[in-house]
Formats: sequence, structure tokens, C-alpha cells
Amino acid sequence: MTATTTPPGTSSPYAELKAPTTARRLLTAPTTGPLVALLLACAFFSFSTEQFLTGGNFSLIVQQVMVVGTLAIGQTLIILTAGIDLSCGAVMAFGSIVIAKMAAEGSLPPLAAIALGLVVCGGFGLLNGLLVQKIPLPPFIVTLGMLNVAFALTHIYSEEQTVTNLPGPLTALGETFPLGHTDITYGSLVTIALFLLLAYSLSNTGWGRHVYALGNSQEAARLNGIRTSRLTIGIYTVAGLLYGIAALLLISRTGVGDPQAGQTDNLDSITAVVLGGTSLFGGRGSVLGTFIGVLIVGVFRNGLQLMGVASIYQTLITGVLVILAVTVDQLSRKKAR
Amino acid sequence: MSRTTRLSSSLLRVAALSGVAALTLTACGSGSGSGSSSSGSGEVKVGLITKTDTNPFFVKMKEGAEKAAKENGAQLSTAAGKFDGDNAGQVTAIENMVAAGVKGILITPSDSKAIVPAIEKARAKGVLVIALDTPTDPESAVDALFATDNLKAGELIGEYAKAAMKGKTAKIAALDLAPGVSVGVQRHNGFLKGFGATDKDVACAQDTGGDQAKGQTAMENCLQKEPDINVVYTINEPAALGAYTALKAKGREKDVLIVSVDGGCTGTQAVKDGKIAATSQQYPLKMAAEGVKAVVAYAKDGKKASGYTDTGVTLISDKAQDGVTSKDTAYGLENCWG
Repeated sequence: MTATTTPPGTSSPYAELKAPTTARRLLTAPTTGPLVALLLACAFFSFSTEQFLTGGNFSLIVQQVMVVGTLAIGQTLIILTAGIDLSCGAVMAFGSIVIAKMAAEGSLPPLAAIALGLVVCGGFGLLNGLLVQKIPLPPFIVTLGMLNVAFALTHIYSEEQTVTNLPGPLTALGETFPLGHTDITYGSLVTIALFLLLAYSLSNTGWGRHVYALGNSQEAARLNGIRTSRLTIGIYTVAGLLYGIAALLLISRTGVGDPQAGQTDNLDSITAVVLGGTSLFGGRGSVLGTFIGVLIVGVFRNGLQLMGVASIYQTLITGVLVILAVTVDQLSRKKAR
Repeated sequence: MSRTTRLSSSLLRVAALSGVAALTLTACGSGSGSGSSSSGSGEVKVGLITKTDTNPFFVKMKEGAEKAAKENGAQLSTAAGKFDGDNAGQVTAIENMVAAGVKGILITPSDSKAIVPAIEKARAKGVLVIALDTPTDPESAVDALFATDNLKAGELIGEYAKAAMKGKTAKIAALDLAPGVSVGVQRHNGFLKGFGATDKDVACAQDTGGDQAKGQTAMENCLQKEPDINVVYTINEPAALGAYTALKAKGREKDVLIVSVDGGCTGTQAVKDGKIAATSQQYPLKMAAEGVKAVVAYAKDGKKASGYTDTGVTLISDKAQDGVTSKDTAYGLENCWG
């Protein structure tokens, strides 16, 4: 846990020389601030409403953030390279319509439809990566264009119609199983597993170290013998595949293929990444922080609703928290120099 | 040196985050106090989920629900999608309201079909679900529907336009909502029925999303295509005002008849100012108030509201036409919303 929260490239050279105490390591970890905020929010809502602190409610919160959470894993990878992906929600929506329509109309068996959806989303990621790396173009512009392309394709292919009557395998991840007295959604486990897998890959593999190195300085990474071009394209492709999984989770959660889905999910995923302490300048942050980030959004939405506070206040508070999180990032970068 | 800066920066970070977290928490604490009464035992909890937070139609709906909740000793909580069509946001709101223990949920579905599974889950837990303004698909997915008869709203302005044209040949432009949305389709068809026309008689049909800027663009394009359009049907008043702006730019605003649906205060004022000839006024406040009452009644005696309740529609115009019943804008402004 501690190891994953202080990935290479984030600590100063001095910190490398002196073995930091556990207490200091915890304090300097980029996830500490978000974690404190999350725990404070949980404590507050536990005191304010009796329905908040129950297993069922926490299971519900995780289930509600699993789609944006999975998107945010891909978003974190891209932001770690100092890029950004505005197309994630639209790509997911297109993937979900492909899966839903193919399976519901019987053109493909359900599992093949799911596989096709993953390939399509992965393909969008690959295309993003190629354009960013090979031409090269700024990620903001490439993914802004791709956002419109995917959005339009979704509406053209779906003919603006919501796809219903989906075969069982498509919604299987939305089913629950009892754990004690709490119903857990399978999809929540998928999301948590993906977070753990990517957290491990980033902190404990050569690939992960290369991602951080690339984010800190592409030129330095290249001079150190990292094949930055292949790495960048790979990261965008992995992100695309994650959006495909998010598409399946979305279908399983709502039980339909919805062409209107995901319209604000690009910004929601960036919000989660930033709330989780990952720097928009690249090279600094972690996916576990992002998990905390999506939970902060989910806990506020759920807690405020349980208290009977109108949803617009949730948006207000999220906005304040985001500005705060980037301010903290900027200040600590300055101080660290 | 480095040790102190690193430590102080991290301390600063933690302190700042906890400080603001505490601040926002206090802020939302007070928000709940002013919004709705904090949970008292025995109070019936009612949830209202609208398409968005920002459209005046839904703001008025919320007001109606709040007033009715106060009068009937119910506790109202509200939520909305982030944009028109945000199904996932509405699903999340339903789940959270069920978790909060509401007795009933009033909802204007953003996506009539996509919302159905979530509604079914809530109903399976004994929650009364009533659709306001927009029916679900299928309609039977909810316990009851409180809404304007949109076909009739269209018919009224269709009949009015027919009478106002006094036998002149009509060239119709239709500024519609969006493909496949039932409200828009019903109003459009109602207008044609009232006018005694068919889709073949529509010289130009464009989608506007009910948006003023898009309504203006649509009208400009229609005038390019068919310069002698003389009747404009619009899905709502923002679209109508957009059309008016486009017509005015061409100096055509006096000889083209614009009719609309909604009865918002801005729209009704536009009828008074002569920009819109007539509008069918609907009553969102009533939909919400009736909905809250139905949930309270269900909590009291376990009887669920069912079927369709027409919340009424009135034709508003200052240039009354023979054979078409209408009320003037004085009445319209007294009963308008938003």
C-alpha cells in the first residue's frame, strides 16, 4: 500500500538518500489528502443520517461509481503521461451501443458482441494514441475530435433509439450476490480488481516505471532507452480497452443500451483523477488516488441525497473540491522544487 | 532544508484539504436546513427527480412539490440529471432515494425506455412511482402518470392557426423537439390534427431541442428553403422566440403566424407582446403538487394512485378566433410558470 502510493519519479532526490520514516511517507503520499477528505466526508454523513453507514449503502456507492471509476483508470494512465482524454465517455457510449445492438438484434452471440465492443473501444484508443504520437498532435485536440466522432457514430448507429430486451450475459455483471447481509454487485468487484491490477502494474513493473518516466519528461525517457512512441500508443490502447469494460459495466448497471449515455463522463473522470491527487502535468499520482477520487464524488452524491439536499449542491461542492485539489498539487510542486 | 519544505508542504496539503472539507460539509449542512426540513419521525419522504435542475419548467415543478410537501407534512428531497437525456444520473438518484427510505418517487424521465429497469427495482421495494410530464415506455412501468395531454395541447394551437388563417393557403414550418421523443411527436401530430393537415403539408420541419438559438437557426434555414412560409408551429416558446428573431431579421414578423406550447411566463409575455399568436399553457406546478399528495395518501392508507391524470391545458391568446375557446394573456400571466 505504501509502496504504491509513492511511485518512482514522485520523490525528491533527497528523500531517496534519507530513508523516510513511515509517518513521513504517509504524509507526503499524494493520496493522503484525498483520503483524509474522504474519511471526513464519511464521518460527517455517518453522523448526519442514519442510513449512510450501512454495508448496503456502501455497496450501492461503489456500484454507482463503477462506470466512471473504470473510465477514470484509463484517464489516470493518460494523464500520467501529461495527456488528457476527452473522448472516453463518448467511446464508452459507442461501445455500449455496439454491444447492446449486436446482441439484442441477434447479429452476434452475446459474448462475441461483448468482445467486439472491447475491440472497438480499444481501436478508438489505438487511433488516439497513433494520432498523438505519430503525427504528432496535442492529446486535447485529438480526443476532442474523437469525442465528436464517437458521439456521432453512436447516434447514427443507434438511430437515436434506446436498445432494450438485452440477453442475460450482457447484464450479468449487474447481478448481486449476498455477502453477510449486504448485496454486492459483480461489476463493483470487476472495477476494484481493475484498480488493484493497474495499481500493481504501475508501482511494481518496469512498464509502470516507464509510464512515470514518460510523464516526467518524454525526452529524458527516450534518452534513457525507453521506447516512448510504443509506450504512448500502448497506454492509449489500454485506456480504450478499459472504456470497453466500462461500456459493459454501464449496460449491466442500467439494463439498456442508451445512446445518450456518458455525455459528462469525460469531465467526471478527469474530476476523479484530479480529486485523487494525480497531477495534470504528468508523472505524479496513482490509480488508487483516483479510486479515492471517484469515491469522494460518490459519497457526496449519496450522502447529500440521503440528507435530502438538492443535487445542485453536490455539483457545487465537487467544483470547490476540484479547485482545491489542483491548488494543493500546484503548491506542493512549487515547494518540492 | 528539503526536509522542512517537504514536511510543511505535506502538512499544508492535509490541513488545507481537511479545512475545506469541513467547510463544505458545514455549508451543505446549512443547505439542508434551508432546503427541506430535517428528518422527523413519522414524516412521509417523497423524492422528486427532474430532467435537469436548470430549466424553469422543472424549477416550477420543484416549487409546486415543495409547497405541497409543506402543506401535507411530507419531507421532499430532489435530484436531477446533469443534462436532458442523462439516464445514468436519474438511475443513481432513484437508488439513493430508495436507500433514503422514500415512500414515493415522482420522476420526469429523461429517457422513457432506459429508466424502466431502475423504476421496476424501486417498485419491487414497495415504492410508489409516478411519472410527471413525460410518460415512460411502456406507460405501465410506473404506477401513475400526471401529465399534460400533449396531443390536445397541439390540437388547440392547430385549431387556432386554422381559424386565424381564415382560409388562406398555409405554408407550414414545424420546429420540432428531437426524433423519437414522445412529447414532441404528440404535440406535432396534435397540431396537424387540429389544423386538418398532414406531414405532406409541412414545407419545412427541423429539430430544435426546444432551444432558442437552435430555433433561430432552424427558422433561418427554413426561410432559405421556403421563403413564403406563413405558419410556424413550435415545440415550445424558446423555439418560438428563436423563430421570431429569424423572421424579424427578414422583416417577416408581422405576416407570419407563430403558435407554440408551454405557457411559461416569458412565453406568455411574448404572446401579450404579439410575438407569438397563441400558446397552449400547461401546469407543471399542479403535476408536482398532485404527485406529492398521491404519495402522502399512499403512506396513509396504502392505496396507490394509478392510470393517467390529465393536469389540464389552456389556450392563451389575445386575438381570440371564432369557434376556438381561449383565455387572454391576463389569465395566462396569472397562471404561468417560470
